Amino acid sequence: MNNEFLTVSSSPHIRASHSTATVMRDVVIALMPAFVAGIIFLGINSALITLLCVVTSVVTEALMQKYVMKRTVTINDWSAVVTGILLAFNLPISAPWWMAVIGSVFAIAIVKQCFGGIGQNFINPALAARAFLLASWPTRMTSSAFLTDSYTAATPLALLKEGGEAATALPSYMDLFMGNIAGSIGEISAFALLIGGVYLIVRQVISWRIPVVFIGTVMVITFIAGQDPLYHLMAGGLMLGAFFMATDYSSSPVTVKGQIIYALGCGIITSVIRLWGGYPEGVSYSILLMNVATPLIERFSMPRIYGEVKGDA
Amino acid sequence: MDIKHSTFKGGIHPPYRKELTKDKPLITVAAPEVVVIPMSLHIGAPCKPVVKKGDKVKKGQLIGEANGFVSVPIHASVSGEVKAVEPRLHPNGQKVMSVVIENDMEESLHEDIISRGELENLSPQEIKDIILNAGIVGLGGATFPTHVKLSPPPDKNIDCVIINAAECEPYLTTDDHLMRDFPEKIVYGLKAMMKVLGVDKGFIGIEDNKPEAIEAMFKAVDEKDNIEIYSLHTKYPQGSEKQLIAAVTGREVPSGALPMDAGVVVSNVGTALAVSDAIRLGMPLIERVVTVTGSAITDPQTMIVKIGTSVNHLIEACGGFSEPPAKVINGGPMMGIAQFSTDIPVIKATSGILCLNEKDAYVPEPSQCIRCGKCVSVCPVKLLPLYISEYSLRRDFDKCKSYNALDCVECGSCSFICPAKRTLVSSIRVAKREIIASSRKGN
Ligand code: SF4
Ligand code: SF4
Repeated sequence: MNNEFLTVSSSPHIRASHSTATVMRDVVIALMPAFVAGIIFLGINSALITLLCVVTSVVTEALMQKYVMKRTVTINDWSAVVTGILLAFNLPISAPWWMAVIGSVFAIAIVKQCFGGIGQNFINPALAARAFLLASWPTRMTSSAFLTDSYTAATPLALLKEGGEAATALPSYMDLFMGNIAGSIGEISAFALLIGGVYLIVRQVISWRIPVVFIGTVMVITFIAGQDPLYHLMAGGLMLGAFFMATDYSSSPVTVKGQIIYALGCGIITSVIRLWGGYPEGVSYSILLMNVATPLIERFSMPRIYGEVKGDA
Repeated sequence: MDIKHSTFKGGIHPPYRKELTKDKPLITVAAPEVVVIPMSLHIGAPCKPVVKKGDKVKKGQLIGEANGFVSVPIHASVSGEVKAVEPRLHPNGQKVMSVVIENDMEESLHEDIISRGELENLSPQEIKDIILNAGIVGLGGATFPTHVKLSPPPDKNIDCVIINAAECEPYLTTDDHLMRDFPEKIVYGLKAMMKVLGVDKGFIGIEDNKPEAIEAMFKAVDEKDNIEIYSLHTKYPQGSEKQLIAAVTGREVPSGALPMDAGVVVSNVGTALAVSDAIRLGMPLIERVVTVTGSAITDPQTMIVKIGTSVNHLIEACGGFSEPPAKVINGGPMMGIAQFSTDIPVIKATSGILCLNEKDAYVPEPSQCIRCGKCVSVCPVKLLPLYISEYSLRRDFDKCKSYNALDCVECGSCSFICPAKRTLVSSIRVAKREIIASSRKGN
């Protein structure tokens, strides 16, 4: 036979069917329940802000890759879509359009592409952009921004922090669970986020370790501190952060032990900020801090390899 | 005794595709008109041909003499006339000195092929000599001479022999067929190896996707044989030596060491069967079982093949190609080696010939690592393939070494699972080669 056309490549000769794009698309799918909850409880505006962030993120990624970084354009890997949605989910419903645009450009151009693109950014782009917006326009990003037509209340965590009088206005567990509360676009419905989180774990996009350890740590510490752990679980950004932000591949450890240490760190810092810090919310700062610590954590959490002899490492 | 269940940590679940050949009977392929027998059928020094053009040879006759300790003799797989002794294409991609025999189709056996007696009456040294003289090597793919494996240095304390019957490579069903058809021979071969080593404990580890084989082997062992059958979870690379040892004995082979350092000798199903035939029939290793399969093959089969038969002959025996093959692999899809020609002989290491159509042979374009950590969670050795690969590509081999690149068993699980389609194991192989080369230079 004619053998000229045989491909000669190195093993393995079969590959798993998933790809970067299918993995990222799974994240987008997992975010959809929270997206719908946002529309139901906060109105159609939440959808518009999300769309604006997604479009800006994707366009920024394409432009950066083509003209600035001079690499192949990889917007079909869905990763910019994920960043766009996550940023929007961290914005208040009253965020003006230009903030959505600036945030998205910052997340993609500065945090993601300047550090080398997917897998290379050492901090979570959406969270970095959120922190940037918060520092630049604090009043538009904090509690006063959560005033909408239907919700005149501050976020439940802010109420909890204030204590006394304000605490009597706290919403019921049911409202917390479903999402009938004030909060940023994607964080309000614990129920919707839980569906998405379970989907990610079932599809093996993420492991259970980071979200479970993160959430568990916060619940235990707040309980010990005499507060209601269920409140801390469902009110605020813990679910969104633990399932979708802290699990960002680029900025979290790849080792098993590392992931546990990292998630523990996230949980402890979140609790400390929430209980004793100046802000009602601490999820995003805790993740950003642990992102920065990730390379160090990895270095000290190298797995014991098969057959490793003690003192031989 | 019961069947025990066990497995190892990590690993992947590739599509197995064993159904292509699993339930078809084991066939003996029609004898070819010519056989091309390379003088390099094992790891170690090649053999010296002891026949020349024009010689008449009989089936089982010695045609290549062992050359050193890590070497075994080679025998004619057919009777007939030597047509040439010349370099021919070997599956390793190079031309290797080979003996070409034209088959006279008489199948006349050489006078030496007579029973060597029964296990009870043979001393360990006699058994070892029989194994050496029969040209027996590990048939799992490494082709390491079996008599060498059975001669551990006196300071190693060997206490068991494991038959690796996991057959975790997708597509291949050679061990499965042998166990279903010849369980008694395999047990006999195992007992022979146990006798050589003076151990009284034997194990046979089989993946649980081969229930008939497990049952057949279970029936073939006798209570007093002290041989345990392990049903292993179907997971790749269950048949990787170190992973198998961990699953069966709970022991770990120390980093950089050999199975015998954990007190274990591992052999293979086909090897055990060859040992049995060498003792009871006096038959040297001149045949092996090969699975010829894949999407480009009309009628995939598992078949008994004479060493030196052309791969083309096997493909014809399977009804030829159903569509143009885009890739031909010697071995399985995870660790096999892609060939650039089908004009190669079956050697002692050929466990499978896998012919893939264009769709299955597609090689995806690698993209940037997304740090998903999947390669880390599947690695059976618990390495961090993403970093070893990255440092290898940057040619920082010292860093690769510090990430334990040398412990990689090259199973390919990391490359298989990577969503960014990175060729991790290839770059890790490069690193291993460089590290070994530079440590040699240092000495
Ligand atoms: S599996 Fe591939 S993409 Fe994921 S961490 Fe490993 S090398 Fe990177
Ligand atoms: S690094 Fe080596 S041992 Fe680990 S999965 Fe990859 S090929 Fe297998």
